[in-house]
Amino acid sequence: MKLKFYILMVLMGILVHPVFSQQLTVKGKVKDSNGDGLPFTNIVIKGTTNGTTSDLEGNYSLSSLSTGDILVYTSIGFVSQEVIVGAQTVIDVTLLDDVTSLEEVVVIGYGTTSEKELTGSVSVVKGEAIEALNPTRVEQALQGQTPGVDISSQSGSPGGSFNIRIRGVSTNGDNKPLILVDGVVYENLGSLNPSSIESINILKDASSGIYGVRGANGVILITTKKGKRGSKPQISFNTYYGIQEASRRLPVLNATEYGILANEAFAAGNSTPPFSNPSSLGQGTDWQDQVFDQAPIQNYDFQVRGGGETTSYSFGAGYFSQEGIVGLDKASYDRLTVNFNSNTKISEKLNIDLITNYTGSKRKTLSENAIGSVLFNALNMAPTMTPYDAEGNYTLANGLGGEVINPLAQIDNTYNDTWSNRVFGKIGLNYDIIEGLQFQSSLNFDYTQDRFKEFSPESFYGAGKVFNNIESSVNEDQKNFWSYTWDNVLFYDKKISADHSIKATVGTSAYKTRGEHLLTTGWGIPNNDVQFADIARANEIRVGGARSEQFDQRLMSYFARAEYNYKYKYLLSVMARRDGSTRFGAANKFGIFTSASAGWIMTEENFMSSLGFIDFAKMRVSYGTTGNDKIGDFRFLSSLNGEGVYVFDGNTLAIGTAPGALSNPLIKWEKNKQFNVGIDLEFLNNFSLTADYFIKTTSDLLLEVPVSGLTGVGANGSGSPTANAGSVRNKGLELAINYNKVMSDDLEINLGYNIATLSNNTLNLNDGVSFIDAGGFGIGQLPPTRWIVGQSIGAFYGLVTDGVFQNNEEIAASPGQTNASPGDLKYTDVDGDGVWNNEKDRTFIGSPIPSLSMGLTVSVKYKNFDFSAFANGSFGNEVSRNYERNLSLTNKTSYYIQRWTGEGSTNSFPRVTTGANNNGLFSDHWLEDASYVRVKNVQVGYTFPSELMNKIGVNSLRIYTAINNLHTFTNYQGYDPNISSGEALNAGNDIGYYPQARTYQVGLNLTF
Amino acid sequence: MKRLKYIIIGLLTFSFTACDDFVDVDPIAEINSESYFNSEEDYQQALIGAYDMLQSTYLNTILSEIASDNSLCGGESANDVISWQEIDDMRHTVVNSELRNVWKWMYGGIYRANYIFEFKDKTEFDGKDAVLGQAAFLRAYYYFELVKFFGDVPMPIDKRVQFGEETSFGRTPKSDVYAQIEADLIFAAENLPIVQTELGRITKGAAKALLGKAYLFQDKFSQAAVVLQEVIDPAFGYDLIDFSTLFLPEGENGIESVFEVQYSDQEGAGYDCLACSEGNVYVGFSGPYNFEGPVYTSGNRFNLPTQDLVDDFEEGDLRLEPTILDIDAFVEANPGVKYTVGYEHTGYYHNKYIPRVGEQSLGDTKLTNNRNYRAIRFADVLLMAAEALNRDTSTDDTQALIYLNRVRSRADLDPVNVTGQALTDAIYQERRVELAGEGHRFFDLVRTGKAAANIVDFIVGKHELFPIPQEEIDLLGGSISQNDQY
Repeated sequence: MKLKFYILMVLMGILVHPVFSQQLTVKGKVKDSNGDGLPFTNIVIKGTTNGTTSDLEGNYSLSSLSTGDILVYTSIGFVSQEVIVGAQTVIDVTLLDDVTSLEEVVVIGYGTTSEKELTGSVSVVKGEAIEALNPTRVEQALQGQTPGVDISSQSGSPGGSFNIRIRGVSTNGDNKPLILVDGVVYENLGSLNPSSIESINILKDASSGIYGVRGANGVILITTKKGKRGSKPQISFNTYYGIQEASRRLPVLNATEYGILANEAFAAGNSTPPFSNPSSLGQGTDWQDQVFDQAPIQNYDFQVRGGGETTSYSFGAGYFSQEGIVGLDKASYDRLTVNFNSNTKISEKLNIDLITNYTGSKRKTLSENAIGSVLFNALNMAPTMTPYDAEGNYTLANGLGGEVINPLAQIDNTYNDTWSNRVFGKIGLNYDIIEGLQFQSSLNFDYTQDRFKEFSPESFYGAGKVFNNIESSVNEDQKNFWSYTWDNVLFYDKKISADHSIKATVGTSAYKTRGEHLLTTGWGIPNNDVQFADIARANEIRVGGARSEQFDQRLMSYFARAEYNYKYKYLLSVMARRDGSTRFGAANKFGIFTSASAGWIMTEENFMSSLGFIDFAKMRVSYGTTGNDKIGDFRFLSSLNGEGVYVFDGNTLAIGTAPGALSNPLIKWEKNKQFNVGIDLEFLNNFSLTADYFIKTTSDLLLEVPVSGLTGVGANGSGSPTANAGSVRNKGLELAINYNKVMSDDLEINLGYNIATLSNNTLNLNDGVSFIDAGGFGIGQLPPTRWIVGQSIGAFYGLVTDGVFQNNEEIAASPGQTNASPGDLKYTDVDGDGVWNNEKDRTFIGSPIPSLSMGLTVSVKYKNFDFSAFANGSFGNEVSRNYERNLSLTNKTSYYIQRWTGEGSTNSFPRVTTGANNNGLFSDHWLEDASYVRVKNVQVGYTFPSELMNKIGVNSLRIYTAINNLHTFTNYQGYDPNISSGEALNAGNDIGYYPQARTYQVGLNLTF
Repeated sequence: MKRLKYIIIGLLTFSFTACDDFVDVDPIAEINSESYFNSEEDYQQALIGAYDMLQSTYLNTILSEIASDNSLCGGESANDVISWQEIDDMRHTVVNSELRNVWKWMYGGIYRANYIFEFKDKTEFDGKDAVLGQAAFLRAYYYFELVKFFGDVPMPIDKRVQFGEETSFGRTPKSDVYAQIEADLIFAAENLPIVQTELGRITKGAAKALLGKAYLFQDKFSQAAVVLQEVIDPAFGYDLIDFSTLFLPEGENGIESVFEVQYSDQEGAGYDCLACSEGNVYVGFSGPYNFEGPVYTSGNRFNLPTQDLVDDFEEGDLRLEPTILDIDAFVEANPGVKYTVGYEHTGYYHNKYIPRVGEQSLGDTKLTNNRNYRAIRFADVLLMAAEALNRDTSTDDTQALIYLNRVRSRADLDPVNVTGQALTDAIYQERRVELAGEGHRFFDLVRTGKAAANIVDFIVGKHELFPIPQEEIDLLGGSISQNDQY
């Protein structure tokens, strides 16, 4: 807009002044689109070599000009502009960023390429898109932004983490992609400040092969914001404040309903009903009301960026603080980030890069995602109980089984802190050896110290509670991690002739991570007081009260990549990597991984020119092998780290030795072969489209396989061996389409939509294994998932219901479901042998893997207002409802009101009874479709007019208000359909996950 | 700038000649199991590891009780620990997570004993035979449990089963497993002292008593009588003690204990690994639910004594009160006592093994009780000897009566004076009341052919053995067969 204004001015200047030849002096200012002065711009009189350069402020002055001379303004990274000299003496010019999407830099691992030349399937998420979402963690911003990247929540609690799955689930060992931030390996994205991100590049296909044995789950490359050389310091300040609340509450029975159902259940079980007059019980206590709070969230971020002639810099600090919607300060997360980056040109040939980051965080957690978690207790507590008794003490949850306790007392008695201090970054040098040949050496480092302290006070929650604590104790743990990656790479870039150009990359990489973990426990804390909760104050440290663990994991890698392009029409890239890993034994320590990709820019062909509406079209194809080494260390060796403790001489523990997890000397890489074909299109000026189809076959899947007890795996501290267990195929189609149009000076519209399909199928299981059962449902039940050829990994395996028995005749007519009573679930005789059997009549009843996912972004700018909305959805997966304890007197969710009460009452919900029944067995009754669509973010902003702001020395000021997790459309009954344990074989098991909060935010973005 | 060039060239050369040794590292501060057994200390440490799995036999004890006519399963409701409920009702199937635990835990113990035998010749030291003797006893103990539960079982010996080797073992016939048990126990008895300096160590008496029991289970009565009477010989120093304190701390590791599984409350435990507890899980699981009052503390109210068991005690039997807690009588005597009634309430609890006040235990308190399990008591040895003498072809009822009446007299009961089958029945009756709640009843009923007559829904030809866990059959590639009728 501003540009047009300037052009108009210039044009008007030409028109209104008579044209005559005269020696003129012109001065002015060159600015970028933000209005900042642009230094080092070359200003040349067209057709001559005369000219000048703008100073650091962007000012310039040029004399001896004639009217009619054409001034050419050029600056790297900007579109050149020409201005005809008229009578004016001041010519201010605004240069536009020279970034068409095709020239945008894509980071591909040990180097970069442009969108145009890219031959692999790489998704890029820009920093602006992340900023627009104000995420607390990077993963939240990735969700739904790009097809084929599935993000699910492990916990919505402050500081809780997410699962990232690129193109489906291939392994049970570890499905996490490799994440590199400025070259530093990241296991936990929580310590990264989302607003410091410049771009996220996701390598989805075999182009991740440059990372060899670590590339199989995809690679996420994150670059952080850096200063630009020769730019004025820009200071920015961003902040938001928000209030979070529970996005959903589960409907549970009130006291009257609870009393009626409990009486009914006891009567059906031939016991005395516990409540004499249920209708007098009223509403009772809403325990979810008791534990859910409105909690604040706030973020402050301050950054300075700029650069002189030889050095560019950026530095800043950020502070983020979040309290939990359950437990407020007892479940909170605070994070301080400080960063400093610089790039210095030492000589014409040598550049030094320095990146340093510090993150300090503190997290407190409550028990979550487990039997006995705070939310589990809130759901299962009897509504007839009050939070406090007559003396003002917490009510004891008597009669509700051993695991359900008063959640308020539980919150009160929870004390734990995790402090983390992390310093990471890199020092690197770039040296131009000769023209086209560059050497890069960089040392990436990461030092992390985690400290954990937990106080368990003496506590009593009621007779026989599992969580009663007779003796107070304190746990103090300290973990230190130190890792480095030393990369040395030679780049060669040569245009051989007008038509042929090549690029070559060869390098080595050495990676080492070393960790130490010291754990201590002290018993007997003076006064049972958190103030004295320290090892130093504890009365006693017992045998086994101090333990340590250590590890040293390394990788040694060599890699090479060659790229060739012919006339920017045909593109080819091949790469190879050899890795050596400490995770594998002598027989399989080294592996070689190769891949190739090709591109064809069709719009460079003559025949395409007739299709004028297509601006750009490229076809891509890639194929290659990557590996996965994400298993425990030294699983090929058998170590004496099992538990061998016995008791001699009365009460004295005797500490012995015992073998640990079963070893497998022949363990080797998991191999991933991936084929990808894709197309990139830009058409009708405003549309862009990327589509990909992939087939990814993972063989020799690394898995902790169940194995017969004969091998001693049942002994204490032993465990299953890690083995290459089978192969899985993921197939899918990914499509992303964007529409961007400037409708008028006042209106700009941006629409983005992406969709991905995924099908997961097991091809074979190794070593004659017919299937692998895993997961857990209820207590003491058969594993609810079965991994078998022909099914998706982690498929649910259970009974099939066929309504509810209405009367004894139906039971008599059933295939031997002899123990049933009217009102019980009727199960299908799946194997058709005429006899119902809870083991043999199970079958596949669902999959935890969504078959379809999508995301939609809408953003509109009108005058000074901006509006954006983002929604994502996922379809076709099931989740098991495993958060109900179902004891006689625990509370129930409201659907129990629809229970069977007599013949014809319902054919969907079984009766309630305390007597023996099979209704709790894992069946499709407990499995639900977890498809959902979630409106994740809606935001309205207003940018103050720059004229006004400039007067007060402000470059730009925007204020906004946003709602995160506005609404989720789903039929799923639990708190949150978007959950996963992160384990492939036990993914869709909802044990009461801490839900994502809904957040109302206000914020401002200020630069000056 | 020249110097810089050299630095760069140096870096380049160095980095591209980096070598593969970089990834050749050993685990830090971990002992490789293949390079162990270098000193007596190593053998002793590994032996403690083999002892460790004894503590997991709490499960075998509770299963034997609830499977028998002594106890009902109980629990909070009919759906509390379904695997146990099924066994109580004789409706257990090939899928039963608790039976699989028995299988896995016993083989875990065998693995650890075999680990010692695998390296038995590596290092010589004085007293090695005593270490091997204990290891042999432990292996025999674990195999004895397996053979009682499952009959013919795979029998790896003297070597650990490596990953991939497990499918090469078929089911070894029960008689061969017993032969191995006998050999191990004879070896143990030869190499172990009558008295160990450390309480809880396996003794010669323990080895002989278990050997006698193994003979008895095979109806080898004359061999059983010989070896059991050796244990009764005063040279071994065993005697009966006051029954009222036998199961209290003062009775622990006393002269009536021939073999006692040791427990401690010095370490916390959780439900995620019950076998890992150093405490006696059996105790916590058998206590009254939500109990508030004196003497006792709360438990999970499984394993409830039946009226039938209580009725089997004769009038004036001193053992009744220490064996059975009559909760109604207790409440009457102690007003204000509270507890919760649950599934299959009988009004009784097994007083020998329920949690008591003062047994200060770490969390979870139900899992960390320090009460030792009296695995083989002298009274048991006397009754086994009496049975062997009575049932042997060259029957010696006179001596059998002496042993039986020694047990009866401690209970303040009149001596019996019968012979033949009547004596056999008297011994069986005495075993039931003397050993109630101690995990013997089910297997006694099975081996004496009396199970069908006493256990509701017991099917002859099927329920004498528990099914081999289906998952284990699957994991062994279907290489072993299932027990009959399952």
